[in-house]
Amino acid sequence: MVSFLSNHLLILVMLLNFALLSTGRLSLAVRLATAQGVLLGLLPGILHPLNWHLMVITAGIILVKGVIIPWLLFSAIRAAEIKRETEPFLGFGATLVIGAAVTALAFLYVPRLPLLAAHQGHLFVPASIATLLTGFLLLTTRRKAISQVLGYLILENGIFIFGLLLAEAMPLMVEAGVLLDLLAGTFVMGIVIGHISREFSSLDTSRLSALREK
Amino acid sequence: MTLTGSLSFDASNVVVASALLLLLAGVPGLLCTTAAAGQRLAAALSVLAALVGIPAALVAAFSPPGSWLLFWGLPFGPARLVLDPLSCLFLLPVFLIAACGALYVVRYRPARTGYDRFLTVLYALMPGSMAFILLARDGLFFLAAWEGMALSAAFLMLADHEEAAVREAGILYLLATHTGTLLLVALFGVLYVVTGSFAFPATGALSAAAPMASLIFVLSLIGFGAKAGLMPLHVWLPSAHANAPSHVSALMSGVVLKMGMYGIFRTVTLFENIPLWWGVLVLALGTISAVGGVAFALGQHDLKRLLAYHSIENIGIIAMGLGIGMVGLSTGNSVIALMGLAGGLLHVLNHATFKALLFLGAGAVIHATGSREMDRAGGLLRVMPRTAAFFMVGAAAICGLPPLNGFVSELLVYLGLFRQAMGGSGVAAVLAVVAIPALALVGGLAVACFVKVVGVVFLGAPRQPLQQDAHEPGWQMLLPMGLLALLCVLIGLLPLAVAPLLEVAVGWHPLVQETHGTLATSAPLGWLSLMAVILLGLLALLTLVYRFMLRRAPCGTSETWGCGYLAPTPRMQYTASSFAASLVSLLAPVLRPHGHRPDISGLAPKPSSFASHVPEVVLDLVLLPLLRWSEERSSVLRRLQHGQLHLYMLYIFVVLLVLLLWAL
Repeated sequence: MVSFLSNHLLILVMLLNFALLSTGRLSLAVRLATAQGVLLGLLPGILHPLNWHLMVITAGIILVKGVIIPWLLFSAIRAAEIKRETEPFLGFGATLVIGAAVTALAFLYVPRLPLLAAHQGHLFVPASIATLLTGFLLLTTRRKAISQVLGYLILENGIFIFGLLLAEAMPLMVEAGVLLDLLAGTFVMGIVIGHISREFSSLDTSRLSALREK
Repeated sequence: MTLTGSLSFDASNVVVASALLLLLAGVPGLLCTTAAAGQRLAAALSVLAALVGIPAALVAAFSPPGSWLLFWGLPFGPARLVLDPLSCLFLLPVFLIAACGALYVVRYRPARTGYDRFLTVLYALMPGSMAFILLARDGLFFLAAWEGMALSAAFLMLADHEEAAVREAGILYLLATHTGTLLLVALFGVLYVVTGSFAFPATGALSAAAPMASLIFVLSLIGFGAKAGLMPLHVWLPSAHANAPSHVSALMSGVVLKMGMYGIFRTVTLFENIPLWWGVLVLALGTISAVGGVAFALGQHDLKRLLAYHSIENIGIIAMGLGIGMVGLSTGNSVIALMGLAGGLLHVLNHATFKALLFLGAGAVIHATGSREMDRAGGLLRVMPRTAAFFMVGAAAICGLPPLNGFVSELLVYLGLFRQAMGGSGVAAVLAVVAIPALALVGGLAVACFVKVVGVVFLGAPRQPLQQDAHEPGWQMLLPMGLLALLCVLIGLLPLAVAPLLEVAVGWHPLVQETHGTLATSAPLGWLSLMAVILLGLLALLTLVYRFMLRRAPCGTSETWGCGYLAPTPRMQYTASSFAASLVSLLAPVLRPHGHRPDISGLAPKPSSFASHVPEVVLDLVLLPLLRWSEERSSVLRRLQHGQLHLYMLYIFVVLLVLLLWAL
């Protein structure tokens, strides 16, 4: 039952990946990433027996990924006055196809991994790799700095799924540290986004190459 | 931090104390209210350090070596310091030239700004670091002192960094010195692998048959040779010495280059037996540097650049002495070893005195004319007769003319070469046979070159109006020059006086130790004094006779180099380029002089001009094209670094995917 529920949640997470790859509207993308983060935050509670350690983690994840980060990103969107990811390096259709391909690749790859018998029936590892690669895909194909931040968030989500396998072994401090990193990272990026838009009158990160050493 | 070692009051401790005083001589001046007062205080302290340090070093050379361990809490073990006769000998020019330069600069470049305060501190830090290079006996401390010297020299030579040429020379110098240091790091790394410690091995502790012995030697030859300016590692040297202020050039040329030679000498002392090819290699490099240096010097018309090329020549002569000495060591011929090593070491002292003298003189010339171009000077003999006299003593000494010091050291090298050529066999003898005429050629070309310098700068009539206050410089500038000129004469007249010092300095090798006390008999040093006195007497007699005849003969005065023209102008005089033109054209295949010939055609040609210069061949025709070629070849790789963040991430993405696919 537990594995059934968690597998369905993970399929939902992967569908959210596809949705993220296919949308150009930034506010929708932030909502999708938020939804993915909250879903993943619920997963440990489903997988493992309840204890105070788990509850603190779940509460922390939902607070950070479901409230604080979206709030930071929305305020960044408002401050920079942009709504859409226009002219990505690669079209939305093409990235969606590549996303599907890498997800398939992840599924093909997992049986070759030397996993514990207890983990083999689950979708954790393929979902983790697929989400990770989706994050990468967002990072490489999108121009706007906010999409890049989203790419990092999705990337982290992929790592988080992998970490779920170890949730019981993972001490509270490590979890809290990872969350704090993510929060601080997003916070800094929010500030950087403001600076980019003020300096270049655009959030196009490809213009940052003007800063490189000739 | 604790210090252990010979801590009683003896000469070697006094030497270390004066080295410390020299290192920090500029610091108390920072507390003075004006920069100029700080500069004077620094000069006083540097002179004090020399007055105490030089006698102490002379005494310490004849005492058992002092050694200290400084536990300074850094990794890689304590700092080791040892003062042995070889270090003492190299310390002499460090103290001497540092004091002379510090006094000279008080008048040459009076400190005014905060930046000058910085330079004053560095001008003491640089020779102080060199003193500690000579004391250091472990890799880390040595490298620290080495970098202290190299970097303070870089800042000092960039004193006039407003000029683009100075900045360019500074960057070239930094590149060269860091490349050299990189090789030294490799050298100490290899030594660590061999001995298991960063401490220098004891004298003669390494066997040349051991693995990596040749690697150690070659690394030191390249790393130290780059600092010494051996050809073809000299590319940084001419522009650095030309663009530094004169007191810095004096220190760089007189002493910094010697640190490179010291490194090679020191490396040689670490080995108990030396393969023949090491000596042959050093001798060959020395010969190339000596001939190449003087050939390029001939083509220069920048006074300090010319002197810089002469430094390469003289480093070559030192290397020839070291090389033939090493050949003597490896073939077991103690007399050749003694001659070569002693000649090389004496030339270290001699070159330090006369080259510093010449650079200080060049500084006085630049003050008077406002330019380093010799073709803008002329007739300075009448304006500054004492400077001219001192400069001429230095010029005669650098040419190796008797009765001055350059002659003595070159004679020792000649004697070593002749013994090898006549008594030796194999490649070393062949090379010695080649090196003898090469050294003679060097002497001849050096005479031509300095006749050109003295003739163009000091004789004739001024080519351009001199600076308004062109006159004999103040005593702070004259005294150092006079002292150095006096030393040139004294060593030339009394070579026996330095013989004991040379003997203890080369006494590290048991083979040479056998010959202790024989330098005076195996080389005719006593005769040299006698001949010198006779020569001076003859010269004085000739002068008297000439004056006497001149008084009786009718004579008129006219423009120098007037050549009987009706209206001679200073522009008709021989210039630096025209004087050397025939020799330069003889050497054209090597020097590759550039002549910018005007195109004169038609019945009424337009006004045009002619100019020529000799480029730095190794840098311009070999090194820079090589670097450009390698840059072009590797520019494909540079496309990977385009500044597009997305593509950087794509690289990672692609690598991940490839790894995944590879696993399938």
